[in-house]
Amino acid sequence: MTLTLTHYLLVSGLLFGLGVYGAMTRRNAIALLLSIELIMLAVALNFTAAAFFWGRGAGQVFAVFVITVAAAEAAVGLALIIAIYRLHQDLDLNDLTLMKG
Amino acid sequence: MLAYAWLVPALPLLASAAAALFDRKWGRLAGVLTSTAVFVALALSLRILLESAARPGTHEWVWTWLQTQGGLTLSLGLLLDPLSAVMLVVVTGVSLMVHLYSLGYMAGDAGLKRYFSFLSLFTFAMLGLVLAQNLVLLYIFWELVGLCSYLLIGFWYQKPEAANAGKKAFVVTRFGDLGFLIGILVVGHAFQTFSIPALGEAAKTGQLTGVLATGVALLIFCGAVGKSAQFPLHVWLPDAMEGPTPVSALIHAATMVAAGVFLVARLFPIFAASPAALAVVAYLGGFTAIFAATIACVQDDIKRILAYSTLSQLGYMMLALGCGGYAAGMFHLTTHAAFKALLFLAAGSVIHSLGVNNIWQMGGLLRRMGVTAAVMLVAALALAGIFPFSGFFSKDEVLVAAWQAGRMDLLAVGLLTALLTSFYIFRLFFVVFTGKPSSAPAHESPWIMTGPMLVLAVLAAGLGVLAEPAGKFLHAALGSPRPLSAYHGRLIPLLASGMSLAGVLWAYLVYYQKAVSAGLLTRRFHALYVLVKNKYYVDEFYAFLVRRILFVVSAAVAWFDRHVVDGAVNGVGWLCRWGGREFSRVQGGRLSAYLLLFVAGLVVTAVITLLVYPEALAF
Repeated sequence: MTLTLTHYLLVSGLLFGLGVYGAMTRRNAIALLLSIELIMLAVALNFTAAAFFWGRGAGQVFAVFVITVAAAEAAVGLALIIAIYRLHQDLDLNDLTLMKG
Repeated sequence: MLAYAWLVPALPLLASAAAALFDRKWGRLAGVLTSTAVFVALALSLRILLESAARPGTHEWVWTWLQTQGGLTLSLGLLLDPLSAVMLVVVTGVSLMVHLYSLGYMAGDAGLKRYFSFLSLFTFAMLGLVLAQNLVLLYIFWELVGLCSYLLIGFWYQKPEAANAGKKAFVVTRFGDLGFLIGILVVGHAFQTFSIPALGEAAKTGQLTGVLATGVALLIFCGAVGKSAQFPLHVWLPDAMEGPTPVSALIHAATMVAAGVFLVARLFPIFAASPAALAVVAYLGGFTAIFAATIACVQDDIKRILAYSTLSQLGYMMLALGCGGYAAGMFHLTTHAAFKALLFLAAGSVIHSLGVNNIWQMGGLLRRMGVTAAVMLVAALALAGIFPFSGFFSKDEVLVAAWQAGRMDLLAVGLLTALLTSFYIFRLFFVVFTGKPSSAPAHESPWIMTGPMLVLAVLAAGLGVLAEPAGKFLHAALGSPRPLSAYHGRLIPLLASGMSLAGVLWAYLVYYQKAVSAGLLTRRFHALYVLVKNKYYVDEFYAFLVRRILFVVSAAVAWFDRHVVDGAVNGVGWLCRWGGREFSRVQGGRLSAYLLLFVAGLVVTAVITLLVYPEALAF
């Protein structure tokens, strides 16, 4: 069978959903970061597929943007995680309730 | 010169304002400044009176102040006619005497600057009142005069009695002022104008008549009842004696309390259009006259005797006006201003010298305070209406007015009151000035106090000669051809003099010769004595009304205000905070919860968008 754009978009959507689910559910902060990376991946896949099937290069450029942003964000996220670990000696997100109320 | 009439009230106002800015140490300077201003005002007033007498007529200056789209126009205006010309002289004259007297009486008082500032402010307000061209302006000055009265009664505000007396005066007159205001609004609305001459015309030409005239006249009379302390709003005047005696002389004898009489005279055409209202005025006046006279007979405080006397004499003036005796009422107002102010100043002289108010703690002052005794005798003779003093002529005119109106009952009341009047005033004279000298040291007052008293004594003695010309002059203001005294008979003057002399004789026998024991009389008529001594329990009745009825309602209303109204307002606040507390529970601080909400919102938005724009799916 031929692969159409729809297939790629579905896969990308599934990956996105998994990433969102993981971001909402996981207790470990690093798992949260991983889920977010998964979301980024899904977005990049989406852009690249669209670029391929519509014959436009803009999508690929956007994919490169996404990768760059993901890298920067991962760096910031890891810095935050280090700070949290220093404070709590563990990375359980359920313990971070200082902003309650 | 008439065009400068506005200066007469303006000068005391400026002096009052200037004095208010002085430092407290310059009290005497304030007194001199205000006295000078009033002196110049008096000179101007006399000039105006003389010019007005030469060419009687009404002069009006009007200036629009405020105009609304709805057609309401308020103006500032001056109305100068014989009535206001006479009042200008009366007010500035007595005010000047009181100012000068106060320089002696109030010397050394810490609040001297404040005193003179208030005193000339009052003078300004009273002058503005008599010159007011329209009812709204008159009402404004009416209230201002009431304010000054409050300020001056409560001058020694650290004394609780004085503070309460000031409050009482203000609150009681408020009742009257309410009726007055309603009357002003009704008549102003009915004729689309507040101008006094215009309303007078409306009354004279028959446009203002019947029920409307009666209603308006009675409502306006409410104000007069309050201000001139007629029954039942008389209760504030005796308490007002807590104020300094010169204040009592100026405000509560000669001028402010006369404002009610002046008001009736000023709006006389409206009253004349309603015989019913005139009857009310006359009978209320007559009742007050005899009611107050009886109370005066048993008072022990020298100022209270004079206060009740003022009430009684004001009743006389209302009696005259109610019987159509326009000139009679106003002439009595003028002579009363002279001799009553003099009585108060003389009383003040005695109080200043001895330091007590109770007549039984005085005595034998004839020798030690000769000048005071002499002027007080003159004033007493005038009040009692003994020929040839001024009071004889003015009281006679009042009684003649009652006779001419055919009100023999009021004539009888007037005669009986004359008897009581001369009795109580000579009771005062004999007890204070004759008999055993009191132990307290007494000295005659300084010339700054006796001087004004002597001037007033001359007036109290001699004003009688002006009876005829005054009558003609005042009637020019009405524009009606009613002559003053078409009565030239002897009966009424003889009867009146007889009554007065009988009163003097009675007082002489009881308090000088001690031929008849006062104690015996009070024991024989004990119940009556107690009733009168307690002022017929009117104050107690009012206190009952206030405490048992008013305060009960007040408590209920206060409960409502605190629990229902405040409850609602507080409730809204509580509701907000409760809502806020509940809503803040959404923020648990946990990231995963926030993300859930974020995603949920995202999904909802996506769904809605796709529902509205289904074509987005066709990629």
